[in-house]
Amino acid sequence: MRVLLAITLLISGASGALAASEADFKAAYAAAEAAEKEAGNLRNRWLPTETALAAARKAAEGGDFDAATAQAKEAEALAKASIFQATSEKERWKDMEIR
Amino acid sequence: MTRAAEAIDPVGDAKAFRDYFIKKFPKVKLEDFVNGPYSLNEDMRKQWEEKEEFPPYEFALDAGKEMFAKPFKNGKGYADCFPNGGIGIRQNYPYFDEKEGKVVTLELALNRCREANGEAPLSYVKDDMASLTAYMAFTSRGKPMNIKIPNDPRALDAYENGKRYFYTRRGQLNFSCANCHVQNPGERLRAEILAPALGILNAMPIYRSEWSGMGTISRRFMTCNSQTRAEPLEPQADEYRDLEYYLSYLSNGLPISGPGARP
Repeated sequence: MRVLLAITLLISGASGALAASEADFKAAYAAAEAAEKEAGNLRNRWLPTETALAAARKAAEGGDFDAATAQAKEAEALAKASIFQATSEKERWKDMEIR
Repeated sequence: MTRAAEAIDPVGDAKAFRDYFIKKFPKVKLEDFVNGPYSLNEDMRKQWEEKEEFPPYEFALDAGKEMFAKPFKNGKGYADCFPNGGIGIRQNYPYFDEKEGKVVTLELALNRCREANGEAPLSYVKDDMASLTAYMAFTSRGKPMNIKIPNDPRALDAYENGKRYFYTRRGQLNFSCANCHVQNPGERLRAEILAPALGILNAMPIYRSEWSGMGTISRRFMTCNSQTRAEPLEPQADEYRDLEYYLSYLSNGLPISGPGARP
């Protein structure tokens, strides 16, 4: 019985630690926005990044900070991929050129 | 010699580009590339030839002619803004404006004409701009594209920027313009048959069944960006102007066939 209680407490504690707070969302969203701004400076924003940012804002407005944080992280990952693309294509485009 | 040190060579580029398409499609006549997918697919060509008897761009053409002739509030008109009264000049656009140091497209020139005469600019992607450019293209039908690159390093830079944009992969799908229109013309992309890049702008503006309406060059570029899941740039962004300059230069000598119709 004691073991069961301990496991229950552990699980509830663990799931409590996984729930995202508003602060978590704000941090994740700020990171995503910063990455998207950099992608914009490189003239290479992606549509799915904007979609994920909008979904993050909508979820946060509804108080669902788990979903909001997950969407913000998704947006950051997409924005970073677009930055990588723009950076690597600075020279790589020449490989495709018809000569 | 490193790539960075290579000279910008529009003449050599145009020859290599043309040779590539001639080799890839040996049965297609050079001047036929301006007909896009219809030059590459016999079934589509037959359907298109039948459609051309009552072309879907005809309403836009009539509207464009009327708009072009209608004076502005100050009594002047489009004809006052362009050489030869704007008739039979589409093949000379875009051009490099040495005063401005930038490429000027026909769409941009039309809106500058409006603004210089106290009129509000038109949307670059909607019907009125497409109608006007349709009419102007029609008056140039058959005339060879005639894009000049003046002896000005800024013009060469604009050309090179256009080339870079054309070959650069973008969007979540990681596609460049060249992936579709150089590597895969004639192939299907979902329901579409991809057009060859050679002569692709000679048919603009176009009526697209997919759009259920007319589209300008601005609209075409922005839609291509969206299809790769890249956020389109603003219409007439420097990159688009340079891209139009590059692509049009490569099609020098090929006839203007616009306005066109596409699936």
